[in-house]
Amino acid sequence: MGLKRKDVLALAEMEKEEIELILQTAESFKEVSTREIKKVPTLRGKTVVNLFFEASTRTRTSFELAAKRLSADVINISTSSSSVVKGETLLDTARNIEAMQSDIIILRHSSSGAPYILARALRSAVINAGDGAHEHPSQGLLDLFTIKEKKGGIAGLKVVIVGDVLHSRVAHSDIHGLKKLGADVHLAGPPTMIPLGIEQWGVKVHYRLEEAIAGADVIILLRLQLERQGKGYFPTLREYARLYGLDGKRVARANDGVLVMHPGPINRGVEVTSEVADGLSSVILEQVTNGVAVRMALLYLLSGEKP
Amino acid sequence: MERVILNSVEIYRALTRIAHEILEKNKGSKEIVLVGIRTGGVYLAQRLVKKIQEIEGESVPIGELDITLYRDDLAHRKESPVLKKTHIPFDLNDRKIILVDDVLYTGRTIRAAMDGLMDLGRPRQIQLAVLIDRGHRELPIRADYVGKNLPTATDEKVEVLLEETGEEDRVVLKKGTDKESTS
Amino acid sequence: MTTERILIQSGRIIDPASGRDTVGDLLIEEGVIREIGPRLSVKGHFLKIGAAGKLVVPGLIDLHSHLREPGFEYKETVATATAAAAAGGFTTICAMPNTDPINDNQSVTEFILEKAKSEGKVHVLPVGAITKGSKGEELAEIGELVAAGCVALSDDGRPVMNSELMRRAMEYAKIFDVPVIDHCEDLNLSAGGVMFEGEVSTAMGLKGIPAASETVMVARDIALAELTGARVHLAHISCGGSVHLIREAKRRGIAVTAETCPHYFTLTADRVRGFDANAKMKPPLATRRDLEEIRAGLADGTIDAIATDHAPHAAQEKECEIDRAPFGIVGLETALSLSLMLVEEGLLTLPGLLQKMTENPARIIGRKIGRLGIGDTADVTVIDPAAEWMVDAGHFKSKSKNSPFIGWKMKGRIAGVAVAGVWTPAEGGR
Repeated sequence: MGLKRKDVLALAEMEKEEIELILQTAESFKEVSTREIKKVPTLRGKTVVNLFFEASTRTRTSFELAAKRLSADVINISTSSSSVVKGETLLDTARNIEAMQSDIIILRHSSSGAPYILARALRSAVINAGDGAHEHPSQGLLDLFTIKEKKGGIAGLKVVIVGDVLHSRVAHSDIHGLKKLGADVHLAGPPTMIPLGIEQWGVKVHYRLEEAIAGADVIILLRLQLERQGKGYFPTLREYARLYGLDGKRVARANDGVLVMHPGPINRGVEVTSEVADGLSSVILEQVTNGVAVRMALLYLLSGEKP
Repeated sequence: MERVILNSVEIYRALTRIAHEILEKNKGSKEIVLVGIRTGGVYLAQRLVKKIQEIEGESVPIGELDITLYRDDLAHRKESPVLKKTHIPFDLNDRKIILVDDVLYTGRTIRAAMDGLMDLGRPRQIQLAVLIDRGHRELPIRADYVGKNLPTATDEKVEVLLEETGEEDRVVLKKGTDKESTS
Repeated sequence: MTTERILIQSGRIIDPASGRDTVGDLLIEEGVIREIGPRLSVKGHFLKIGAAGKLVVPGLIDLHSHLREPGFEYKETVATATAAAAAGGFTTICAMPNTDPINDNQSVTEFILEKAKSEGKVHVLPVGAITKGSKGEELAEIGELVAAGCVALSDDGRPVMNSELMRRAMEYAKIFDVPVIDHCEDLNLSAGGVMFEGEVSTAMGLKGIPAASETVMVARDIALAELTGARVHLAHISCGGSVHLIREAKRRGIAVTAETCPHYFTLTADRVRGFDANAKMKPPLATRRDLEEIRAGLADGTIDAIATDHAPHAAQEKECEIDRAPFGIVGLETALSLSLMLVEEGLLTLPGLLQKMTENPARIIGRKIGRLGIGDTADVTVIDPAAEWMVDAGHFKSKSKNSPFIGWKMKGRIAGVAVAGVWTPAEGGR
């Protein structure tokens, strides 16, 4: 079987089998990444467009590298160079790009749902590289891949997601992916950052980090947008770090062999201490390596002929 | 309609002969490595390695190659084929590679396999061993070792069935077009 | 405009104001209703409208429409909005003041009335702004607005957050006996919000607007109505909490009235899934439970009226990212059919429903319209209750097509309307 879709927009709408296929495919690409010649001719002649309306060196670079390792031609368009500033609509921008025969468009946008506008209107495959506070499916998939690789599987693991779940598209994708693959998902954060109705997704909500971490197999820390300080979500970074910062003492409450993950970039001393971020439990850099393999898998699986 | 071309004993004999030919041509097993093309070629390569060991008393390195990423028809398929792993646990540089596949047809799979091998290193030589050569080449490729030359029509299908996949060893010829059999 | 002599024959004549529900004929002459009877015989030339099997009712009144003129003629004009109104069975629509310029002075009011007179297909009653520029800072010249023809006051879309100012507006409005219509929204609670706050907004990653954003202001307005004794009308009520507050206020005898819109008793936040900006409006679509509470409020009279909140926006404005798209949907051409579903489901009787679209809105704005009395202005709507049709944006008379009901199968369509005795038949194709 292959992916039953033209676009990858959200893990919420994917079947378990599709997620498993992507993870399995990514294993093959991880092998390619270990070779001396880290390039295969698979997407020769295809055009992949990175359309980024929000700054993100990390995700953009990862997609760019993935496309280049598959021998695709890659074009990067970012906000500063786009015509959006001139008042062109998102759809018009995308139609212009497609007129240049793009095959896959990777969209990062600050508005939730923006990739759906493109997916509906365009022939090109659309990959959501993060839309507003909605989803970031490739990050969710690389988190799943890393957990599966390290732990041998995902079903039955206790995974704790810590921090600003309300504004985090990474948390949303992680929760959907983890639930579909059978993990026991817990959230920990201040009530101001836990969105309404999220219990309906089958997750357990904790306001105290210590209580959530006990017996955890995986701890996923979310990035805290520093500009949220003083907006009523939490009083100060100092108090946030005190209540929700991950330090060695707190990690010790988790199971042996616990994985500590973070989508980056890290605010050292806020979400996590340097001791933990650089410690043995941390797989933060491996997440970055795996990101390329997972994104190669997505590009490969979406590169078939369009019906 | 289905006709048995080789039975289990005939497959055994063909592989035994190929093993001898490989040793003869390469003056023993010292410099060679075997690489099977997934999926059928891998099992045949394993059988050849076992046979060579019996004859020479020495083990030969074996690898598995998935050529999907090198196929030339990916862009024309609705669905991307499922990837399998390439596993070559040795250095290819300066080795003589015996590439093993079950059926040689258009030659496109072998082209893809050679490109794949080249990306993994710079072998001294690549030789090709196949169980069946059914003709209809679309590329200038020929096999060094052939179990059986089988004249076929393009609307026929050759299937190599092996014990390793839970079948009784046999090679069958089937009527009817099937685009999947472009090996 | 030349008035005609019209005889509407053999229809079921329903007039909630008088309690009439009989089959018979209705005679219109010189712009007024001349006679109603079981079988009227006339001499001379009459336009005869066969209404057997159809409903003959007072022309519908919409308390809440956005005509967009002056200022936003690319969305809608007085001409197109009134054409949409006629197609939807409305003979009178109240024009909200959030035009550009805002209707906060006599010249804008007069401009709208002038346009309505020259290009309008139905009656237009302007609603004046409460505060200058609807900025919520100082009172508009309400006396001048009323003298020019405004029938109510509202800062719709830009609600008066300053409670002290709202209190003064209510008190001042008592001089002229006009209602103050409030769009109940706490702008701090709703800031940045795109849709109703709940599981659906969480799943879609869209900033939520909590139900409390409406209920907080409903509670405030009830308290101010009690304090001032003014006539306060609460616009487009959308959630259960508000229904409870209004029910309790009415029980205590406070002079508040309320309206809801067809989408609030038809759709829930689930309609936004898939990021369809045509399901984005303020207040936002809420939960199934809220929808049930709204229906209960309609059934027991807590909610007096059904209005459309007809809010046209151009296609390019709605096609963009959902958090950047403007709030609002068109409603004039779908309101009656959607409301008739309540009758079909047995929630309201047919006269009970019509009362909320004729007699009650008329009472709220203090006008002697929305009824079929002898000598009354002949605003009459003829409805074919059994006719089925499909909502097709291409058939909308409105300039804008932003409806979440496109593709819906509807039952009950307008056969035609008489506006001050001028008959406009509905066009075919529906």
